[in-house]
Amino acid sequence: MNFATGTFKPGDKVRVRDEDRPGHIRTPYYIRGKTGWVERVYGDFRNPESLAFGGDGLPKRTLYLVAFNQADVWGSVQARRDKVLVDIYDHWLEPVT
Amino acid sequence: MSHSPADEHGHEHPKHELSHYAKRIYAIRDLLVEKGVISEKDIQCQIEYQEARSPANGAKIVARAWVDPAFKARLIADPKAACAELGIDAMALNEFVVLENTENVRHMVVCTLCSCYPRPILGRPPDWYKSFNYRQRSVNDPRGVMREFGLVLPDDVEVRVHDSTADIRYIVLPLRPKGTEGLSEPELARLVTRDSMIGVMDALPQLPSL
Repeated sequence: MNFATGTFKPGDKVRVRDEDRPGHIRTPYYIRGKTGWVERVYGDFRNPESLAFGGDGLPKRTLYLVAFNQADVWGSVQARRDKVLVDIYDHWLEPVT
Repeated sequence: MSHSPADEHGHEHPKHELSHYAKRIYAIRDLLVEKGVISEKDIQCQIEYQEARSPANGAKIVARAWVDPAFKARLIADPKAACAELGIDAMALNEFVVLENTENVRHMVVCTLCSCYPRPILGRPPDWYKSFNYRQRSVNDPRGVMREFGLVLPDDVEVRVHDSTADIRYIVLPLRPKGTEGLSEPELARLVTRDSMIGVMDALPQLPSL
């Protein structure tokens, strides 16, 4: 995978920014404001929020595989260990201490 | 927007009434061709490329991984290189990740934002994969979706739903069904359905009767 410059490492607890703004946003609504953890660092990629409008996608953003417990996303749970995993760019994540 | 079945620029359009979106996409296509951004030949080549991709590619990869542990390790470490070993060109994919199912873990893939899918490997996604129904329920009721595909899992099996929102494309490596030790690699490939590589079901337990 690509070289990664981002701030987080596997195991870090993160919250998805609960922002709303127009544009080509690759962070789904249902996951905004939710807390999970970094499972894997995928590396740096061109930013789709810029690419979608003819931009160069620079600076690149680090992309992470972020895991969430189903219960933390939906408030109820079918089976305790079930998870939803979403690919999220660095600038959509904030650290949880 | 006016529209005639066979119009002045030389190709046939469907004769039934087109939806708003179909009309729009034909209009955009015609403009791109008219302005020389792409040619009719480019479009035809791309259609042929897409049609040449099929779940048979994925099935071949999975069957090889079932019979050859070293290949499976390479497939998980570097999927593109492993595909190339089998003559399958996955280079058109941005990044490609193989999710290995186990007795204790099942993976399922969706793109809730649109319809991201590992097309260079599996070809075009099924219509249901692009439906609002699947895109909503896969993330908040994955076990309900699996049940509709015939897969009922005990609660202690972990279900991991991957929402492919960005540059990574996912394919599930299903479990090899029990009792298939006597099957050849091409026979094993016939157990690997498209839907088992999306993860909504397991591989077929036995060869389908013809």
